Amino acid sequence: MTDNPTNTAEGVDAPRRDFLLISTTTLGVAGVAMAAWPFIHSINPAKDVLALASTEVDLSAIEEGMAITVLWRGKPVFIRHRTAEEIKAAEDVDVADLRDPQSDADRVQKPQWLVAIGVCTHLGCIPAGQAIGDVKGEYDGWYCPCHGSHYDTSGRIRKGPAPFNLPIPPYTFTEESMIVIG
Amino acid sequence: MKRTQSSNRLVQWIDDRLPIFTYADHNVIAYPTPKNLNYWWNYGSLAGIILVIMLVTGIFLAMNYQPHADVAFASVERIVRDVNYGWLLRYLHTNGASMFFIVVYIHMFRGMYYGSYKAPRELLWMIGVTIYLIMMATAFMGYVLPWGQMSFWGATVITNLFSAFPWVGDYIVTWIWGGFSVDVPTINRFFVWHYLLPMVLVMVVVIHLWALHVHKSNNPLGIDIKTPQDMMPFHPFYTIKDLFGLGLFMIFFMYFVFFNPNFFGEPENYIPANPMVTPPHIVPEWYFLPFYAILRAVESKLGGVLLMFAGVLILYVLPWLDTSKVRSATYRPIYKQMFWIFFLNCIFLGYIGFHAPTDLLLGMEMLYWGQIATAYYFAHFLILMPLLGKFEKTKPLPNSIFEEVSKKCRAKED
Amino acid sequence: MRKLIISTALGLSLAVSATISTGAHAAGAAVKPIDMSWSWEGMFGTFNREDVKKGGQIFFEVCNACHSMDMVAYRNLVDIGWSEDEAKEVAAQYEVEDGPNDEGEMFVRPARLSDRIVAPYPNEKAARFANGGAYPPDLSVITKARKNGPDYLYSLLVGYQDEAPEGFELAEGTNYNDYFPGHQIFMAQPLYGESVEFPDGSYASLEEEAKYITTFLAWAAEPELEERKSLGIKVLLYLIVLTAMLYALKKRIWSRICLDEYTHGPYEEQYQKDLDKHKMPG
Repeated sequence: MTDNPTNTAEGVDAPRRDFLLISTTTLGVAGVAMAAWPFIHSINPAKDVLALASTEVDLSAIEEGMAITVLWRGKPVFIRHRTAEEIKAAEDVDVADLRDPQSDADRVQKPQWLVAIGVCTHLGCIPAGQAIGDVKGEYDGWYCPCHGSHYDTSGRIRKGPAPFNLPIPPYTFTEESMIVIG
Repeated sequence: MKRTQSSNRLVQWIDDRLPIFTYADHNVIAYPTPKNLNYWWNYGSLAGIILVIMLVTGIFLAMNYQPHADVAFASVERIVRDVNYGWLLRYLHTNGASMFFIVVYIHMFRGMYYGSYKAPRELLWMIGVTIYLIMMATAFMGYVLPWGQMSFWGATVITNLFSAFPWVGDYIVTWIWGGFSVDVPTINRFFVWHYLLPMVLVMVVVIHLWALHVHKSNNPLGIDIKTPQDMMPFHPFYTIKDLFGLGLFMIFFMYFVFFNPNFFGEPENYIPANPMVTPPHIVPEWYFLPFYAILRAVESKLGGVLLMFAGVLILYVLPWLDTSKVRSATYRPIYKQMFWIFFLNCIFLGYIGFHAPTDLLLGMEMLYWGQIATAYYFAHFLILMPLLGKFEKTKPLPNSIFEEVSKKCRAKED
Repeated sequence: MRKLIISTALGLSLAVSATISTGAHAAGAAVKPIDMSWSWEGMFGTFNREDVKKGGQIFFEVCNACHSMDMVAYRNLVDIGWSEDEAKEVAAQYEVEDGPNDEGEMFVRPARLSDRIVAPYPNEKAARFANGGAYPPDLSVITKARKNGPDYLYSLLVGYQDEAPEGFELAEGTNYNDYFPGHQIFMAQPLYGESVEFPDGSYASLEEEAKYITTFLAWAAEPELEERKSLGIKVLLYLIVLTAMLYALKKRIWSRICLDEYTHGPYEEQYQKDLDKHKMPG
């Protein structure tokens, strides 16, 4: 490849030709590289997908100690009406001991309502603990059956392979017991 | 085959096991090419590049397109509006189809002018005609996918061509539709074919190149390559010439994509398909118009269909209909004129195909103009080509490509 | 170079012949529309934001009573001059069916930004029933769906006549329009001038109103237009520069073919090597 006839005339008019050749090649390659972006970007979420991002939930029907699961952006969101006991358990933890240190106050807007995305931060399974009679794990929160991650009543990772706490989605209370997620 | 000797040990290691570098050297880099190819020879590589553009844009469009009659139209509009750069992908793809045909038609007319189909390149030509056929099928089915009025009625009319065949016709049409009209099953299978056929196209293009590389390119003089002095390596001479041509062509192409994206389209196709209403004036895409004119030239359903298919298939036997030993029209004074008349006749057929059969031109109905032009189309192949070869007095051929190139160079110096 | 020009010209002529025929035909049935000059035409064209917004108001207050615009969402208004709050306010005036809720019932709620523009009728049959059998077409892509779309729409809107010309038989329920193919249109004249009061308390003439609504509809049909053209300018400039450089490179490389030196002068040795290397097989 190195001795192909491209280089035939190299000895004589090299400097000028090199400049032209190098700049043209650079410009051409840069153009092709930039043309790749629209293709790559086209399979990112489209504008209508991004716009469909809010879910409204009425909390008034959820009794203390119960939980519901709602769908937001195609993922389950856990909403648990926590008992005083559960709140206390969550608040009493020493934040420094946690794998992903976060105080309970940082994770809730109203202490009795925990709203968290119900997707295990390990590999994306949905932890058990929503329904009555579910295994809730050693910390009485959630337990992921796939690889054994235990979450506490604040949705924080306490034991098992998962690296992070259950993420909190953006939400606001529009009324006393009405929230909009997203 | 001379194997690549490289100072790069990795290159050498790979090449000893899988000679891709040797292969590239033989077929692209050092590939011997006649010295005198003109710009008409750019269109082969251009067609290949457009095929790649069509494949890539098509694959990414397919990721957002939904082949269902209820949502197809809306999903295309969603691509244009909501998908990131979806409008760019779509307009590259729709205009790309027209560009593909422009380039391939020029490529074919070039082959006819310079006699590129003659021995020993008959198979090369026939494989090319096959490429053209697959392109037509692919383009037709692609046009159905946006599910506008023209999509729907184009699909209805074209598939109904097959109903012209006696006895089995109706069964074939029902079989193609997967129902009793163009409907949900039809668009679904057309989408599959539209995605599959280009892959077949790529394979046939590879065979086309394979056949090309056996006897190498024809050239404007139409004479055989005699000595190595007639040739030069493909790279850098023709790589740069092709790239320059590509640059010009891309300017032309991108003008339409960005500033006139619906130029080649029909406004009618922005009306969602409606099985209850046929648009007042239905026409195929411009690249099918000449054949559409042939279809309508005879007032017999089966006759028109057969004649139209014959119009395309006759290209397969062109190498044997042309009896002249001289390839290039440059040395065939009468054929040269016949060629241009044939070219204009094809354009004229396209013009007729666009108009309703009852439209008037110089006081005569298009139907009759269509019959005259169709008759000439076939006469060109069946009468003129065989006879010309026998009776035409050709000009003396030059001795070699090398000599002609040197002559030109000397003329330039003076 | 001459050959190149011819070859390019041929490509162009193929393309042009395709369209000359296109243009020639459409004129057959209908009257040629008024030739307007629009702000979004040309390589640098953009939509006049004020016109779009006024046109949008006309759309929501007049057209939307019968015509749907299924492909456009309220959020799209934000892209072309509405503030987010204004767009939300527009959306909130309409109701959409959502659900099912926890009890399995469908319910009605005010439209949000993410909703597509609410259609006046639930389906085509209802639309036909309410309009004496005629179907008011969806206006999402209307300027793309008619030959010379913007000019045609404008002409149609200003082309109503109170009475058909003498001797012209108008069918029951239709109106006479200079520019509609066949002149008999079911749609009653929608705009008369001063049809809508704009937020600043002003009114507009029929011609101005027609211009506003056409601008809005042109935007709705091609919301990508401004982005498309501005990217297009950059792409064309890039290609022109690149092609010019490729041409320079091509000239340099090809000058070698005529250099006697290549075959006889200082390059002779290299030339012989090239020849050896590319000997024809056999």
